Amino acid sequence: MNAEIQQIWVYLSTTPLLWLTLTLIAYQFGIWLFGKLGCPPLLNPVLTAVIILVVLLKVCGVDYQTYFRGAQFIHFLLGPATVSLAIPLYREIEIIRKSFVQIIITLAVGSTTAIISAVGIVWALGGEKIILLSVAPKSVTTPIAMGISEQIGGLPSLTAVVVVLTGITGAVGGDFVLNRLRINDDKARGMALGVASHGIGTAHAIQKSRVAGAFSALAMALNGLFTALLLPVLVHFMQ
Amino acid sequence: MLGSLTLILVCQLIGEIITRVTKLPVPGPVIGMILLFCSMVFYPRQIPSEVETVGGFLLRYLALLFVPAGVGVITHLDLLMKSWAPISGTIIIGTLATIAVTGLVMKFLNRRFATTREERRQ
Repeated sequence: MNAEIQQIWVYLSTTPLLWLTLTLIAYQFGIWLFGKLGCPPLLNPVLTAVIILVVLLKVCGVDYQTYFRGAQFIHFLLGPATVSLAIPLYREIEIIRKSFVQIIITLAVGSTTAIISAVGIVWALGGEKIILLSVAPKSVTTPIAMGISEQIGGLPSLTAVVVVLTGITGAVGGDFVLNRLRINDDKARGMALGVASHGIGTAHAIQKSRVAGAFSALAMALNGLFTALLLPVLVHFMQ
Repeated sequence: MLGSLTLILVCQLIGEIITRVTKLPVPGPVIGMILLFCSMVFYPRQIPSEVETVGGFLLRYLALLFVPAGVGVITHLDLLMKSWAPISGTIIIGTLATIAVTGLVMKFLNRRFATTREERRQ
């Protein structure tokens, strides 16, 4: 009996099926739990799923490469999803065109704030240089941030983690900050979430309102462009 | 459905090729997004309407797509334990500060622009 289970385990752990399925289950469990307990911001489904999967991997003694062989099919979709952000932009093109100047100014200020606060806080708290370079693009969506991190000499895998945690922080704490500052305008709320916490912030904004979602998608895309152009130059001059 | 998915992937593919050829620091999917946006603006009739269905599906589950990268935390547990203060500090304070600054600037500008528009009308 034991040998049989062992055999099944050996088979399953070599196919991508197991961890792909478990990733979907963990995320759906996260959504279920989130709804069940009245949507408390701290129970962000992404956070729940990541914690469940990390614990599972540790308990089963499975390494990240093995996990990723299955999860890569989900990870791959980040690219097409980034391309698809053109759709909410197109749908709200009129309202975006009306606020174009505000968007560009806000983006420049927000994007710079994101980089300077990320680097400045690590520096102030005595972080190493490799951490400093890895967190610099943390407000940009994963595929872009990893590319920038590699280019400026950070650790792309650490960047990916910090980016996801940044996104979760924005989705968890963003509404609290925005409500405290009495920012009720959906355009401003969307811009703030998109610039600071990329796709996870945008996913959160889309759920709240269509306008906030479109502005968040736009902010995320423009911030990706802006940071990708600005950061390598900044790092070059700082060194 | 299939055509729309192909269109999205073609945009991404061309984007990847453009970044490689021009050595732009901008990632392929972002250029792909600009391409899809431009084709929707300039050729709205030729774009299959299901592009919204396929893209909408991907965007509805956008948060899920970050889970595999997030699980990568497992490979950096030691580094995170050692440097937890600067890393958590930058994530929490940096992100919330960016949200506050961005939101306030946009709110201020919106109000400013709204008043100038009204002044012009008067």
